[in-house]
Amino acid sequence: MPRLSYLKALNRALADELAADERVFVLGEDVRVAASNLTAGLVRRFGPDRVIDTPLSEQGFTGFATGAALAGMRPVLEFQIPALLFLSFEQIVNHAHKFSLMTGGQCRVPVTYVLTGAGSRTGWAGQHSDNPYSLVAHVGIKTAVPATPADAYGLLVSAIRDDDPVVVFAPAGALGVREDVDFATLAPIPLGSGRVHRAGTDITVVAIGHLVHDALAVADELADEASVEVFDPRTVYPFDWDGLTASVRKTGRLVVVDDSNRFAGLGAEIVATVAEQVPLAAPPARVSRPDGAVLPFSLELDRAVQPTREQLAAAINQTLKKD
Amino acid sequence: MTVSTRGEQTYESRGGGLALYRTVRLIRRFEERAVELVRSGDIVGGIHPYLGQEGVAAGVCANLGPDDIVTGTHRGHGHVLAKGADPARMMAELCGRATGLNRGRGGSMHAADFGVGVFGANAIVGAAGSIATGAAWARRRLGVDTVAVNFFGDGAVNEGMLLEAFNLAALWRVPVVFVCENNGWATTMRVSDAVAGSITARAEAFGIPSATVDGQDPEAVRAAARVAVDRARAGDGPSFLECHTERFDAHHTFEHRARLGYRSAEELERARSRDPVDIQGARLARLDRERIEHEVETLLADAVAFALESPYPDPVGALDDLYASGLRPRQGSGV
Repeated sequence: MPRLSYLKALNRALADELAADERVFVLGEDVRVAASNLTAGLVRRFGPDRVIDTPLSEQGFTGFATGAALAGMRPVLEFQIPALLFLSFEQIVNHAHKFSLMTGGQCRVPVTYVLTGAGSRTGWAGQHSDNPYSLVAHVGIKTAVPATPADAYGLLVSAIRDDDPVVVFAPAGALGVREDVDFATLAPIPLGSGRVHRAGTDITVVAIGHLVHDALAVADELADEASVEVFDPRTVYPFDWDGLTASVRKTGRLVVVDDSNRFAGLGAEIVATVAEQVPLAAPPARVSRPDGAVLPFSLELDRAVQPTREQLAAAINQTLKKD
Repeated sequence: MTVSTRGEQTYESRGGGLALYRTVRLIRRFEERAVELVRSGDIVGGIHPYLGQEGVAAGVCANLGPDDIVTGTHRGHGHVLAKGADPARMMAELCGRATGLNRGRGGSMHAADFGVGVFGANAIVGAAGSIATGAAWARRRLGVDTVAVNFFGDGAVNEGMLLEAFNLAALWRVPVVFVCENNGWATTMRVSDAVAGSITARAEAFGIPSATVDGQDPEAVRAAARVAVDRARAGDGPSFLECHTERFDAHHTFEHRARLGYRSAEELERARSRDPVDIQGARLARLDRERIEHEVETLLADAVAFALESPYPDPVGALDDLYASGLRPRQGSGV
């Protein structure tokens, strides 16, 4: 079976949608040379009219994409640095996201924003290491954070076909992931459908993006002591609450590992919602970045503010002990 | 040259100077009726009256057809009406009714009518420049002969994102016309206190041809805008038009009570001395003018009645249309 990398899966999804729909085009910085590799080969295949380099003008080209979408196109934007989302946030939130409601449903804004290399890239410091999916989800924008190549393919295809704005976070920690895939099985994955990567009966670990792989490793390590279920929501918003509550109803215990800042991050929402809906055998736990974290540069410092496997194992053990 | 001729023929076929008077008169009386409805409490939240600036929206939009696009501002009623939206549904929108253009979801600052190319009044100053640019580019890509007009005030020329839009429009020769309605005031700040350098030089720095026109003369605006619209239609890229105009009323109706005192009575009187409705009306025969005025009064009486008789939207559907795909958000209470 052929091996597919995460980045190649995203690239394949883009190519397939460009081929399938003339209204799809790619817009972003350095996309023709494919500086991040997301758009590798696309300009050769689809031409410069559909793979468009922009000046360093994030607000400008983000608003441009909103206008193009309102007029009938389906733009895909790449931000190679997650913090560029903060520059373009005004355009995404105030316009792309709000237009459908504010106009009483007269229009739609089918734009996809791909953040290639979200989270820490190891050594890129404060302004290149954010992973703000909780922020995007908080304002109500559809937000996908795929963990595996097949999910990356399927979620990006669904994002491009969706009639609303969708942000796809491709975590730096997941870009190198490869898996054996039968290309014939690659298919769109509905936004809002989670996935149980590993079934278990004692505790549910919710992990997102690259942390899914850490959660699976920790679950393996602890296999002799506990049966850990690893649930990957795949999209942060909309969230697969039915899938998660079904898992926690079975296990009665919950730990969330989340590369958000702790305060008002995704983990907080997951814990709150589960606590409202499911009787728990023990208090739930979160492993996240600290409150309001800014990633420091030096490697040990960078690592010190990201969730670790050790922290996750400790949280699982602690939650299992309590009843 | 052929393009110009076509533009002139189109203008004349739509009624020429009579139609232009009808538009400025409609906007004037619409705004006066709307201010009354703010006072009576039928319009909540207030409005940014377009009073005094009617000649700009009317003059520019006289050059546009149904496939053309406009984006407006927080002071946007004039743009919506001049582009051809139904005044009754517009008034209903201001009154928050289910029959409004936006079904009561947008209100004064977000009124939109995609059916006639109004891609929304937009309340974030300077933000719609790139939206209009992208929309015009896309329509051209899709094979539709479209020109987009982005209206904004003098306050917007200090917003960086507007300048980003100028750059993209010029680089990619997008058929968009940037219309700056310089009414001398950014909320309560004089343009002389807010703008360094010149307004038109901002556009010229990007290689965008610019012109300045008397915004109180609807015919002058129409003629200047026609050059810009023709240029866009011919594939020669964006233009910039600065219209010197006057704000006859407050920044926002809340000032009617707040009395902020930043504008003297003399200054206001001077501003009101050149009235676009009078200027255009003086070009018409008296009988024509009176006929149009009568038509407008009847239309607006019907519009106000329609608005006030229309039902309010059902709160159960408050977030209908939040997502085009039909996704329903969780409620704010309950499990």
